[in-house]
Amino acid sequence: MIRFENVSVTYDGAAEPAVREVDFEVPEGELVLLVGPSGVGKSTVLGAVSGLVPHFTGGTLHGRVTVAGRDTRTHKPRELADVVGTVGQDPLSHFVTDTVEDELAYGMESLGLAPEVMRRRVEETLDLLGLAGLRDRHISTLSGGQRQRVAIGSVLTPHPKVLVLDEPTSALDPAAAEEVLAVLQRLVHDLGTTVLMAEHRLERVVQYADQVALLPGAGERLRLGSPAEVMAVSPVCPPVVGLGRLAGWSPLPLTVRDARRRAAPLRERLEGRRPGRDTAPPPAAPPVKRRFGRVKKENAGTPEPVAEVRSLAVRRDRVRALTHVDLTVLPGETVALMGRNGAGKSTLLSALVGLVAPSSGSVRTGGAVPHRTRPRDLVRKAGLVPQEPRDLLYADTVAAECAAADRDAEAEPGTCRALLDQLLPSVADDTHPRDLSEGQRLTLALAVVLTARPPLLLLDEPTRGLDYAAKARLTAILRGLAAEGHAIVMATHDVELAAELAHRVVLLAEGEVIADGPSAEVVVASPSFAPQVAKILAPQPWLTVAQVKEALER
Amino acid sequence: MRESRGSGRPGLAPPRPERGTPPAGGPVPYARRAARLHPGAWWLWALALGTAATRTTNPLLLALLITVSGYVVAVRRPHTPWALSYGAFVKLAAAVLLLRLAFAVVLGSPIPGTHTLFTLPEVPLPDWAQGIRLGGRVTAEGLAFALYDALRLAALLICVGAANALASPSRLLKSLPGALYELGVAVVVALTFAPNLIADVRRLRAARRLRGRPDKGVRGLVQVGLPVLEGALERSVSLAAAMDARGYGRTAEVPPAVRRTTAALTLGGLLGVCAGTYGLLTAAGGGYGLPVLLAGVASALAGLWLGGRRTLRTRYRPDPWDARAWLVTASGVAVAALLTLAGSLDPGALRPGVVPLEPPTLPLWPAAAVLIGLLPAFVTPAPEAVRDTREEPTP
Repeated sequence: MIRFENVSVTYDGAAEPAVREVDFEVPEGELVLLVGPSGVGKSTVLGAVSGLVPHFTGGTLHGRVTVAGRDTRTHKPRELADVVGTVGQDPLSHFVTDTVEDELAYGMESLGLAPEVMRRRVEETLDLLGLAGLRDRHISTLSGGQRQRVAIGSVLTPHPKVLVLDEPTSALDPAAAEEVLAVLQRLVHDLGTTVLMAEHRLERVVQYADQVALLPGAGERLRLGSPAEVMAVSPVCPPVVGLGRLAGWSPLPLTVRDARRRAAPLRERLEGRRPGRDTAPPPAAPPVKRRFGRVKKENAGTPEPVAEVRSLAVRRDRVRALTHVDLTVLPGETVALMGRNGAGKSTLLSALVGLVAPSSGSVRTGGAVPHRTRPRDLVRKAGLVPQEPRDLLYADTVAAECAAADRDAEAEPGTCRALLDQLLPSVADDTHPRDLSEGQRLTLALAVVLTARPPLLLLDEPTRGLDYAAKARLTAILRGLAAEGHAIVMATHDVELAAELAHRVVLLAEGEVIADGPSAEVVVASPSFAPQVAKILAPQPWLTVAQVKEALER
Repeated sequence: MRESRGSGRPGLAPPRPERGTPPAGGPVPYARRAARLHPGAWWLWALALGTAATRTTNPLLLALLITVSGYVVAVRRPHTPWALSYGAFVKLAAAVLLLRLAFAVVLGSPIPGTHTLFTLPEVPLPDWAQGIRLGGRVTAEGLAFALYDALRLAALLICVGAANALASPSRLLKSLPGALYELGVAVVVALTFAPNLIADVRRLRAARRLRGRPDKGVRGLVQVGLPVLEGALERSVSLAAAMDARGYGRTAEVPPAVRRTTAALTLGGLLGVCAGTYGLLTAAGGGYGLPVLLAGVASALAGLWLGGRRTLRTRYRPDPWDARAWLVTASGVAVAALLTLAGSLDPGALRPGVVPLEPPTLPLWPAAAVLIGLLPAFVTPAPEAVRDTREEPTP
């Protein structure tokens, strides 16, 4: 169905080709997963299928790409629109119209289908994707998962033979991601659609793939094979595979179920051992209830909290974003905020740095009321790395950005650069922040924020778009910061990250705190927030491959 | 057979609610897509009310017109973000009113008046500024005249706002003929561009706070300018890519003869329109103006129709122009026509004099005519209730 023959793509002005000699074929009706570290050209391969590379992006394509027998050399993207449906990373930039129903019909209108056909397909697609209740809704009012489903639906209605998806679940919470993946599986099984998708969160998708195409590194050749085969050699792999490799299971299990069935001996070996440091309780257990006034004197031994939130309520546009939220963060503690898209995680972080004013209740960050504190003073109390780290960066070179950060924080010149060297040695001074990879940009933003040495560090969705290597580096950095006494609060959908880093997990739903406790307890108790290792080794309290490895080596 | 009869047994099969009916469905029909009124009807109705507003300066009639359009908006505007623009239009109208009054106070008014309300110190101006006055006497007549005049403009603005709130311009643009479709999309994309830009500015200004820089003030705005434009440009490019991949701009093959005819008809038509308008406006060309204009319009329309054959597009569930649309349009047009008629029959009542100053009276039958504009509130379906669970419950 999709055929790459010896394809190399060189973008204008680039010395090296973005992808080299890609040669593979995707048979009809298969779901093929494209994996590899960031920056190896996954998006380029996906773009070549829909013809956007090189027709839209520019550059030179050597070799030949054919989709359903059509050569992308002679067919422009719009002439492939009836066989290929493409959904990019950001569904919002995909929408042309403003309501769900019109959006589903848009592609068909462009193709000139008969009105009866359009009507029937829209109704079918609404049912298939569970969007019937949202049909008249304005797109700007939808949640992330709903938007992603609408975006998929909008390319499904013209009945394309091929569906191309770039990171369809990376912005979604675990439940919404499962929803989207269930839909994809249904398409492959029931309609025989061919799906090619790239995704960093392998733990979510690898079990659905018929084949995996691996791009091991920049300029290396693509390798296609069954998931188990490819995962055995892949530099990126989900925890279930990591555990399988550690335990020496062959063939490698790809699903939690397969792994559980093999895990009995491993569980026996681990019997009686406890996880090591990673999820050790925080320096001092947080007082659970502080509803009535001040902390009692006997708690004098505990350090002063760096952030204290009491019965906080926030309203945004007449919608209650937060209601009665209580949260205390102690120095050295790492807290993960989890919950659905739109549960109020980002709002809580914004309240902690004074971006939104509480409508009732109180917020104190390092003893100050954040929304009344001057920004210049606040950066020394709390720093937030927003969901899009690029928002923090204004300058056109890394060096200028670092210099500006030193000035903003009134720190010694060179502080920020020194921090950056610690975190990420390989970044040159004259690089434009836009040319950095996602992971590098995040690290730069982190260095900028840390320049003011805030005792409280807030991260909003830090692992979005990061590959496993970048994530591992981030984990190490954050762990180091926590050990130095920084308190870290991060909002994340990434259960594996929360399992590795967080001492405490706070679950939010509809703007309320529904659970607050040690990670091991909260995360394991919830089927959608439990990491893979926890599911495999339950009821034992293991959360990460690293823990298991350490315990086995002890 | 048995099954179909079995369902008739009492107590076993409660009547299932029909799919898609709103849970709290009362007797009022909800404006689901199928029941929606054609956007053109709303715009014609609102613009006709606006026209009616230009026919009178009677403040009581104007207030009645504003109330009528406001009532219809209040009960019939849909729950979309776009519908919130009504508030902005009302604010704009209020600003226009205040500005006009302020000018009348400061710059004086050409209306001769005898009732002096108060006197501002007059600023002496040099000779070359003759005819301009700063400060001085403020008369009741002058203020009343300014108020009546400004109220008329405010009513017009509020009517346009009503049209915006009841049917967003993007819905209206969807009803354009096929040949103009791509133009319509360009306008729609531009319309969504502005709100996105504002959201970006807000986000980036907030991000400045995270860097420890003040997030208010002009300098902050200037510094985020470049990143905002960059972001907007990137989003436009990715939208263009998405539209291309979804088949935007696919065209059908048409014979060259048809293509040439289309171009000739359109160009010729536009020329005809220009020449005809010129003829109509100049005193000399009174004879040929109208026919040339009509011929030009006909030719341009034919060009559009022929040009439509190049586009493959079909339209998904276009809003039908039904009896209700006729009724709504007719109610608006009736108000405009009756007020125009009243203006010629009884000019005194519709344009109350300010010299000598007298309290305006409400002329009875023109007021009744304005009330016809309320018809849409009764013949159109109510907007669908919001079912967002996170919406505040009404106390």
